[in-house]
Amino acid sequence: MSNTAAMEKSGQGIKIGSLRLKLSSMILYLILGLVALLQILPLIWLLLFSLKDNQEVFNLAPFALPQDPQWSNYARVWVDGNIGLYFFNSVLVTGISVILTILLASFVTFALTRMQWKLSKLALGLFMVGLMIPVHSALIPLFSFFTTIGIMDNHLSIILTYTAFNLPLTIMILLGFYYTIPRELEEAAIVDGCSIHRLFFRIILPITAPVVATTAIINMIYNWNEFVFVNTFISSDSLKTLTVGIQNFIGQYSTDWGAIGATLVISMLPILIAFFLLSNKIVEGMTSGSVKG
Amino acid sequence: MNQIMSNKRVIALYTLPALLLIMVLIYVPLALTGYYGLMDWDGIGEMTFIGLDNYAALIVDGAFWSSAWHSLLLAVFSVGSLVLYLGVSLVLASDVKGANLFRKIYLIPMLLSSVAIAQLWLRVYHPTNGVMNRFLTSIGIENPPLWLADTSIVLFAIFIPIIWQYAGFYIIIYYAALKNVPNEIVEAARIDGASPLQIAYKIKLPLIAGIIKVTIVLAVIGSLKYFDLIYVMTDGGPNGASEVMASYMYKLAFRTNEFGYGSAVGFFLLILILIVTYLIRKATTSKDDEVQY
Repeated sequence: MSNTAAMEKSGQGIKIGSLRLKLSSMILYLILGLVALLQILPLIWLLLFSLKDNQEVFNLAPFALPQDPQWSNYARVWVDGNIGLYFFNSVLVTGISVILTILLASFVTFALTRMQWKLSKLALGLFMVGLMIPVHSALIPLFSFFTTIGIMDNHLSIILTYTAFNLPLTIMILLGFYYTIPRELEEAAIVDGCSIHRLFFRIILPITAPVVATTAIINMIYNWNEFVFVNTFISSDSLKTLTVGIQNFIGQYSTDWGAIGATLVISMLPILIAFFLLSNKIVEGMTSGSVKG
Repeated sequence: MNQIMSNKRVIALYTLPALLLIMVLIYVPLALTGYYGLMDWDGIGEMTFIGLDNYAALIVDGAFWSSAWHSLLLAVFSVGSLVLYLGVSLVLASDVKGANLFRKIYLIPMLLSSVAIAQLWLRVYHPTNGVMNRFLTSIGIENPPLWLADTSIVLFAIFIPIIWQYAGFYIIIYYAALKNVPNEIVEAARIDGASPLQIAYKIKLPLIAGIIKVTIVLAVIGSLKYFDLIYVMTDGGPNGASEVMASYMYKLAFRTNEFGYGSAVGFFLLILILIVTYLIRKATTSKDDEVQY
């Protein structure tokens, strides 16, 4: 980074007070390290008690390592707690919604940025205003609408809702990238006799792969963690996703700390794995997705 | 070329599915919430038009105003915590090694579901076995607070995990903005003898003022519609001490079947958020306001 290099250079120039500089930079690291510790400490505690039995939770120090790690906590909640089923439902709902959202959003963004039509500004506005809508203000009509058309307590109700409510954010992230695609590219393709659908699917969509990956991971996180819609629209235990499923399970086993810990860790695992593999994409999506509003 | 890129059928094909989805699942429900708010309705039986009676009831509903007050407190806290986040970001962006790793660690809680966070913090606050009170008793505090059962502190107790959850989100936004401040300006100030504090206060902060405004809007809107964590941790209790507008609306509709009155609350929430967004934008907008990066 040129920034760092320049600062090091000026740092070398000023020889006096280099001790002071060292001290102050130590304080800076101390602050940053302390914040980092606060951010992960509750999670470390969670991991530790997920491997303990109640005896150890109550008697050992909170951050003591479990003497005999209870991996059976994990096996037990996976089977008894239906966590396996909730997990599968979450994967299914999240997967379908993410694909649907990105496909529809890509179509729209392509039409908004590359094609010429009179109402494009209005359409863009409709999508962007959708960013700040509180979901609670739409909840009751959605509830009665889904009841009327008979998809209450059906995965379709949450898949459609997730798609609709994530379209604005997804389009917003895509827009920035689409604006940077050079016009010459599509001109050349059209001159060569390429149809518009071919242009979209074979040329534009592949080019946008990096930003599609960013929106996919952001969508995945939001859908995986969503609570209100599932809690309102899904009543059958067999259709619940992890967020609502663990909520019910924990309600029943509220005294078994190890089981609760294991359940929570399992529910967080896919997100944490995604984080370790794709943290740059996540940071990029979170910043671009929130700031341009 | 132009003919192909303004083909009406293609435009309709690409935009109508997404437009239809946000119309049917976002905008029509919002309008219906306004409509249902004028009705006496239990969600199942016949609707009766009662004009503005629900709103008249709202004005004298102490439970509602108490929930609105809590939402407002949450918004004030959230905006206040932005100062903290900004401080950490200034440190993070001041040429420290490993800044990238730090900001990723900070972000971890933001990626987890509110339900999982709520369940985890329920354990953290557990009166006898929670890590919070275990720590407090270990340093000699004999009667540590009953965090979530004490009406006078429950709201503050819930606010801590909220600060914890959102820290990384705002820090990465501020960090990205601060890294965008042209290095030449900072260097010039340094050469002129400005201290790091002066540089931060007089140069960096004014240059990222646009982003700060956006985060204020995000924090206020996010607080006014806040729901998940409170719903899971305290369900608005004890005795309504942590009830917020969204949780109050949810209870009206889905516990006591007051769909008409619940819709009025939901519609009020929508209008409030639109007005507040407009006011903040207006109050903080200057001539050179172009929030883009």
